[in-house]
Amino acid sequence: MANDSPLVVQLRDAVVLAGGFPLLSGVTLELHAGSLTVVTGANGAGKTSLLRLLAGLVALSSGSATVAGVDLGTGDPRLLRRRVGWLGHEGSFYDDLTVRENLVFAARALERPTGEIESVVAHVGLAGRIDTPTKQLSAGQRRRLGLGWLLLRRPQLWLLDEPYASLDDEGRGFFDALLGDVVAGGATVVVSAHDPLRSASLRPRTLHLAGGRIVGDAS
Amino acid sequence: MIRTALLVAGKDLRIELRSRVLLWQVVPFGVMALLLSGLALGPANAGHSSAGPGLFYLVVLLVALLMINRSQAVESTPGTRSSVATLGLDPAGVFLGKALALATELWLTGLVLLAGAVLFLHTALHGALVALPSIVVTLAALAAAGTLYGALTAGGGGAATLLPVLALPAFAPLLIAGERSFSAALGGGALWEWWVIIAVALAAYLAIGILLYGVLEES
Repeated sequence: MANDSPLVVQLRDAVVLAGGFPLLSGVTLELHAGSLTVVTGANGAGKTSLLRLLAGLVALSSGSATVAGVDLGTGDPRLLRRRVGWLGHEGSFYDDLTVRENLVFAARALERPTGEIESVVAHVGLAGRIDTPTKQLSAGQRRRLGLGWLLLRRPQLWLLDEPYASLDDEGRGFFDALLGDVVAGGATVVVSAHDPLRSASLRPRTLHLAGGRIVGDAS
Repeated sequence: MIRTALLVAGKDLRIELRSRVLLWQVVPFGVMALLLSGLALGPANAGHSSAGPGLFYLVVLLVALLMINRSQAVESTPGTRSSVATLGLDPAGVFLGKALALATELWLTGLVLLAGAVLFLHTALHGALVALPSIVVTLAALAAAGTLYGALTAGGGGAATLLPVLALPAFAPLLIAGERSFSAALGGGALWEWWVIIAVALAAYLAIGILLYGVLEES
């Protein structure tokens, strides 16, 4: 059913170089709206580089790529960035700002109403921590804040870099349920992980990367 | 651009207010440096020395370097950099916002240091007050230049040590003009020729920052 949906990601022999070293060495990939894809692979396989290319955070060296309607060769990367949401495993916020302040900053930057913040925070289970500085949150809570940031933004393409790292079973279950809702709502989600997703509720497409190439594709 | 500038400046100042790095680390360091300068001159010479304005601006330079590094450090966590990049903020607005926040911090610190100069270097109070407008403009120009050079060195492993080396040639004309203007205020001389240099430098750094900050961010 998802394959009838419009294409959100279209890569053809996409190569990304950094200092002459290939981070991605010829990736061809199509992703449709309302799909969930997990990108697996060992450290250095190119998972984060692929996500960063899709976010317009690294330049395409050769090949062609269209993401969320923006041509990565000729289009404005800032236009693309406003259409994607990024959640990194390092933590994606200003540590000295509170949960509320971080979300207000994101909402105002994107000219979104700030009235939704309290409901989003409640949705990700941080209602009791809304005025807590982000640096005082646990890893799992920071991940929930990241999801809140993305829920507030409602991007077309969600890019989650190792979101399951240091999450307990409850956190993983919460994450799976929320991703299921997001995909059902028509957003495209790409998740990087070391191992295939062990989820009872989600049936993602799994791509395996090695040496900057896709070497396995299982639906 | 102005909306983004106010958003970014508000965020930077809120972070500074919450972390208290300026209050508990940078300002005490500057005051101690002025105190040591006064002790080095000796109680007999401090009041008669023409070194007061130069020492004031030397200490301003030291605290400005700390504050510029701090201003860039809040953006430099990899996850924060990526997720904020996906907000697609106007780089000219980001530059103006960061420069405005840095200028505000420098103005507040400058006031404390000016009081310190009166106290420890026995700089004439009336002359210091006459010099105040030129100090305000000089610090604004330092903030604009510092934001540019801070972005240039941000992210590199040696950012803290590279910044002074690269920025000093750009800061030198500002510091010299500021010092001459301060000295002229103390001596009752003409101020306007130094004002012209500082005002032109401020306009030039603002224009360069508005035009090039996006390029620096991308690089």
